[in-house]
Amino acid sequence: MSQVAASPGSSSLMGFVHRRRRGAELFLLVLALAVGIGAYAAVGIGVEEKVPADLVGYGGWLAALVVIAHVVIRFVAPYADPVLLPVVAALNGLGLAVIHRLDLAKEADGRFHGYAQQQLTWMTLGLALFVATLLLLRDHRVLQRFTYTSGLAAIVLLLLPMVPGIGKQVYGARIWIHLGPFNFQPGEVAKVLLVVTFSGYLVLHRDALALAGRRVLFVDLPRGRDLGPILAMWAVSLGILVFQRDLGSSLLFFGLFLVMLYVATERPGWLVVGALMFVGGATAAYLLFPHVTERFDIWLHPFDYYGKNGDQAFQPVEAQFGMGWGGLIGRGFGEGDPNRVPFAESDFIVAAIGEELGLAAVMAVILLYGLIVERALRTALICRDGFGKLVATGLGSIFALQVFVVVGGVTSLIPLTGLTTPFLSYGGSSLIANWVIVAILLRISDQARRPAPQLSDDTTAIGDDATQIVRL
Amino acid sequence: MNKPIRTISIFCLLLFLALMINATYLQYWKAGQLNDDPQNRRVLVAAYSRERGAIQVGSKAVAQSVESDDQYKFQRTYPKPLEYAPLTGWFSYYSATGIEQTRNDVLSGEDSRLFVTKLVDLLSNDRTKGGNVKLTIDPAAQDAAYNGLKALGPDVQGSVVALEPNTGKILAMVSLPTYDPNKLASHDLSSVQDTFTRLDKDPTQPLLNRAIQTRLPPGSTFKILTAAAAIDKGLYKADDPVPGGVTFQLPQTSGVTGEIDNEGRSCGANGARIPFTQAMGQSCNTTFAQLAIEVGAEDMAKTAEGFGFNSHYFDDLTPQAESVFPTDANEPQIGQSGIGQFEVAATPLQMAMVAAGIANGGTVMRPYLVDEEQSADLDVIQKTEPQELSQAVSATTASEVTKLMVATVNEGTASPAAIQGIQVAGKTGTAQSGQPDKPPYAWFVSFAPAENPEVAVAVMIQSADIPRGEIAGGTYGGPIAKAVMEAVIK
Repeated sequence: MSQVAASPGSSSLMGFVHRRRRGAELFLLVLALAVGIGAYAAVGIGVEEKVPADLVGYGGWLAALVVIAHVVIRFVAPYADPVLLPVVAALNGLGLAVIHRLDLAKEADGRFHGYAQQQLTWMTLGLALFVATLLLLRDHRVLQRFTYTSGLAAIVLLLLPMVPGIGKQVYGARIWIHLGPFNFQPGEVAKVLLVVTFSGYLVLHRDALALAGRRVLFVDLPRGRDLGPILAMWAVSLGILVFQRDLGSSLLFFGLFLVMLYVATERPGWLVVGALMFVGGATAAYLLFPHVTERFDIWLHPFDYYGKNGDQAFQPVEAQFGMGWGGLIGRGFGEGDPNRVPFAESDFIVAAIGEELGLAAVMAVILLYGLIVERALRTALICRDGFGKLVATGLGSIFALQVFVVVGGVTSLIPLTGLTTPFLSYGGSSLIANWVIVAILLRISDQARRPAPQLSDDTTAIGDDATQIVRL
Repeated sequence: MNKPIRTISIFCLLLFLALMINATYLQYWKAGQLNDDPQNRRVLVAAYSRERGAIQVGSKAVAQSVESDDQYKFQRTYPKPLEYAPLTGWFSYYSATGIEQTRNDVLSGEDSRLFVTKLVDLLSNDRTKGGNVKLTIDPAAQDAAYNGLKALGPDVQGSVVALEPNTGKILAMVSLPTYDPNKLASHDLSSVQDTFTRLDKDPTQPLLNRAIQTRLPPGSTFKILTAAAAIDKGLYKADDPVPGGVTFQLPQTSGVTGEIDNEGRSCGANGARIPFTQAMGQSCNTTFAQLAIEVGAEDMAKTAEGFGFNSHYFDDLTPQAESVFPTDANEPQIGQSGIGQFEVAATPLQMAMVAAGIANGGTVMRPYLVDEEQSADLDVIQKTEPQELSQAVSATTASEVTKLMVATVNEGTASPAAIQGIQVAGKTGTAQSGQPDKPPYAWFVSFAPAENPEVAVAVMIQSADIPRGEIAGGTYGGPIAKAVMEAVIK
């Protein structure tokens, strides 16, 4: 284990204490609200040529939600990272405005959904859970107790869509459950649970995994009894996902597993093994499953497929056309045609942003995501306990991977796989799960940034014959 | 664990860098290519929604964009749809033709020469407005041509082209049957498709611009060219006698198939010589077949190509069909070619150029339809300068041929085109369609005033509801040509 974690007093030894920076957070939140509310006003002006009538009500609601979150942080996590909440609030606000803009376009075509209204409800619910998480989870290490419980829960959740009656197949992927009026993507929750499970298991078994075992071809292979449970766990979740034809999530979980294994064992060999496994698996899938072959070919030659064969290339090609059409500064709200891309409000929301707000906004969005990942990994670096480090790394990596997979898919950098864009996309499960993720990250960062408890550093009060403090 | 976390951080940085580079590639470097993709509906819709410039004739617009309440914001309208359809073409959601297509850059506002205006638009957040295209058409001549041709009946197929001889300006261009471009520019897209399919399948080919796309044997109007070739070669002058005859047996042939006659017109006895004016005035096939043979295939082809045969010279509308004159004809073939038969085929525009070339002292000007391109603020960004296409024959030859054509109007078959007080030069033509159930094609070409020509006209009637015997060029084509010339001169 690294020095920081091993020596609880090291931060005070180095003479550096994190400041709370709650004022900075509040200031950044004002900026984030300006993005969200400003975008909402711009949509009204661009599409309907008037400032939305409910701007004050809408803005007030957003502001209230954000301020409540801020106040709760002040009380229960005063040392939490001050950047995370504003970044997330800005993304969520921008997403709401873009979804609202797409709603207006759909309304003009005579198919009104009111996605933005629903998304605002989800956001409210998400923030409620965010607050609840911060209030109930006073120390993230409590989660370690649920290592196996959450693993089991994740598997059950991932299995649920396969259960007849409550499972639902939507556009080829069987990843939805519906209970009465509620539709839910359990995979979104499962990813949080899996991070907890992996972290809990790895932090206990990391030494065994790293040191015990045999060396085969430059790679230290761990003992089966150490690797077995987690490998099985990974195989089950991956298998379920493949069975559900959810390529995006499969990729996400595989990547997450790999990253966490690497961080826990500090063996780069795992990355090599993982990469080889990925290439092998991908090749096999390409050769064995026709729908994967097709997906891959469409990625390579989207324009050859455009307008042919059920038009599977329609989405990526229209997304490219839209983004090219947007150019550097975009067409402006109401001037583009982002609804040409099916699911512009969910998976393809980045294409809608690229079309109407241009490369400038796409860059800003990618940078905001980058900031979230950066804050998460920084938290992992300064965190004092191994479990917290692993959870923070896992959550940060899942963010990075998800953004890469979905934005890369939309911009045709990698083959298209269905995933939501965190905080931007329309979708309750994703939004709520991501708010909880942020709450957990804030909790870990609060612990990490809090001044280390003063151990008996004051040697003066103790006699000369007292025990020497051993500084490691 | 911090070392791997730092590695992961760098890995994440690379992922995000890749995303940013790819987004930049897509939205900056590849954007132009994406926007040029013909499958890109966004660009089409945007083009379709733009306020395009007007196509103007005189001071009036024959195609313009007016505001509409629907998603496309502007509706393209054609105030005189039927008359100008072959020129304006149409601008539909699916395609564009005519000037709408060839001058799309200016009309749509994409032309780089409009960039100054565009930059201003960008700063003032104005929607780009297209520039205007001003045509060379003389509205009075166009009206005369259109109304004259249309008066031949509802089923008429034909074309009229009028040129300004010393510039090449197209003063009138009419093609019948025609269509209503307003129906193709409609925002009701399914009706647009239905209309297009119907027009496209119509056997009378209303979408065809016969003036530049229909090649037919020019018949006797080609004798102008044969006469010009013979005079230019120094064989004859306008007042020289030329070989005549009731019939003429083409060399290397025997029997009726190789025998040329004059359908009863007075062209002297076989072996006799007749005045050149009589040969032209009576449109003597026997004479001109002999003249063509005397000139020879090579020089005939040279003269024909001087007037524009076998070449491409017109891009203002597309596609221009190249008129044809055989380049390696043998003696009997060149004899037939000399009276505008065999493989000779010309568009109405080509025959107008023949008349205009003679009228302009033998200098053939490149025909053009677009006079000016203007920015939306009416600043002229380009004015077409008249351009010489070739010196087909000498000025002397041209004036000799003019004498013959004047005589043809004054005393011969082209008399219907005569205008009181103005010397008109003209020539009729009737060409065999080659199919027994199809009536012959009627031609008429002329220019006026003969001494200082202002206008040259070609009229072509492909088919009309007129008795077969009366199809002869002068009867129907002559009055139309006369009306057009009068419209220009007066």
